[in-house]
Amino acid sequence: MNSSENQGAGARLLAWVDARFPLTKMINEHAAEYYAPKNFNFWYLFGVLSLVVLVIQLVTGIFLTMNYKPSAADAFASVEYIMRDVQWGWLIRYMHSTGASAFFVVVYLHMFRALLYGSYKPPRELLWIFGMLIYLVLMGEAFMGYLLPWGQMSYWGAQVIVSLFGAIPVIGDSLVEFIRGDFYISDITLNRFFALHVIALPLVLIFLVVAHILALHEVGSNNPDGVEIKNVKGPDGKPLDGIAFHPYYTVKDTVGLAIFLMAFAGVVFFAPEMGGYFLEHANFEPANAMKTPEHIAPVWYFTPFYAILRAVPDKLGGVLMMGGAIIMLFLLPWLDRSPVRSIRYRGWMYKLPLALFTVSFVALGYLGMQPATELYTNLARVATFFYFAFFLLLPWLSVADKTKPVPERVTYHA
Amino acid sequence: MSEGVDKSRRHFLTVATTVTGAVGAGFAAVPFLSSWKPSARAQALGAPVEVDISKLQPGEMIRASWRGQAVWVLYRSESMMQSLPEVEVSLRDPESAQPQQPGWATNQYRSLKPEIFVVIGNCTHLGCSPGERFEVAPADLGPEWKGGFYCPCHGSKFDLAGRVYKGVPAPLNLKVPPYRFLNDSLILIGDDAGVA
Repeated sequence: MNSSENQGAGARLLAWVDARFPLTKMINEHAAEYYAPKNFNFWYLFGVLSLVVLVIQLVTGIFLTMNYKPSAADAFASVEYIMRDVQWGWLIRYMHSTGASAFFVVVYLHMFRALLYGSYKPPRELLWIFGMLIYLVLMGEAFMGYLLPWGQMSYWGAQVIVSLFGAIPVIGDSLVEFIRGDFYISDITLNRFFALHVIALPLVLIFLVVAHILALHEVGSNNPDGVEIKNVKGPDGKPLDGIAFHPYYTVKDTVGLAIFLMAFAGVVFFAPEMGGYFLEHANFEPANAMKTPEHIAPVWYFTPFYAILRAVPDKLGGVLMMGGAIIMLFLLPWLDRSPVRSIRYRGWMYKLPLALFTVSFVALGYLGMQPATELYTNLARVATFFYFAFFLLLPWLSVADKTKPVPERVTYHA
Repeated sequence: MSEGVDKSRRHFLTVATTVTGAVGAGFAAVPFLSSWKPSARAQALGAPVEVDISKLQPGEMIRASWRGQAVWVLYRSESMMQSLPEVEVSLRDPESAQPQQPGWATNQYRSLKPEIFVVIGNCTHLGCSPGERFEVAPADLGPEWKGGFYCPCHGSKFDLAGRVYKGVPAPLNLKVPPYRFLNDSLILIGDDAGVA
């Protein structure tokens, strides 16, 4: 057989498939003929990276379930077994635990990118909503996964978070009992969290990711200039400032992916616990329902919201503020009324509040890890104020802001 | 019948099918939702437990476990008893107006016998287990501290009757479980049948 015959067979097979399934059509729609703006910078890597982390989590997660036992009696020991006796088990588990933190790193950067370039503004509101739902499900997924090792921090973290629902008037207490399936966080709770963590939420997550990508490809990607590339098309009907996602961005993203994977492997091999930030020290002790650890804090990606919760000296108020902090993000497309998308053409009335918001978010993240002393609580109150001020003042500031003229086409420095 | 489409009949059948289907789905959801409630085994394991306090000395506390929760039994010493009225001004609910205890424990001591204090050791904020801080005026809790319980998670403070201080995240006093004395040295936690 020579090569032309091979190609002929391949082409014939493709034609056979295409007559029965829209394979080529889908590849063209979502890669080879999906035109993305040519001026993407490194901020545009994090969407693809979060997709890669999702795959890492799915694959490592499937292999972990093969040795993990979701029962209060066996869970802690089965994780030790994975770490010590299962061949390469330590690597698979560290990839999964590092992947959890990496997921939030890339998702937070991905979301920050949207704040920088106004990617949530019309017509991308629904794209943003899907993204926020992914973020919510991801938080649920991470929280339930953290209970599975059945360490002290797993246990008391779950105790605290499940108790949040107890703040709801009237139904709170029975709702908490319903979630736990017992009078305390027990074997029963662990077993159901396992089911949700490995089946229910991943399915929802994958569905939302597909919806997120479909919505993106429907409206088209935003870019650092916040210019709509569909407005200027060439004679062939393709955007003049657009380049095909494949091969141009698949190749570019591969470079970013290689750098990301180096950092990821660095953490997996040299700092999987990250000094207690990725895997908390108290979690190396089996769960004990009788004794709360001296200092409990959630994993770093929850600490900004945890700090807001603690800053309010009222149980229901704290829970509402914490929920409000997330709801604000959902409302962003409607709070921001600026005619301009990108920060490049906005004035100080967006830049300064965004800077303060970013500092507050990071500060809350730090404060949420610290013990609840009076000083830290007061600092958390200040940061909470700036967090909410950003969103609540945005409807007025975004209108009053003095914006620069937006170019008709993207700016591009080769 | 004419050959035209009877739109109102079609509409009625669509609505009727949808409503019937929704009711059916609602009923079908019941077993799944109910499977999340505490099972028969979980309820059986939540039965009352006995605690022996014959060796408990004044000022000492022992921890028992009931329904997976820490239950503290504190034998309050004389100085501890004296501190109870002294701290009342700084408490949120000194009279125990909120139903965080069985009716018979709605008193200054929140207990059956004044000295013996039985309480569930879970913070009413988010369920952490507060620590025992019986020393008076320690450095970290300030000179006003007369002894009590301090929650390390979010800084809630309770006095020696489990009553919550003002200005802390916990909204309510610690919960007093139902219990009764089987004899002078044996407490049954989880059952208060026959206690007035």
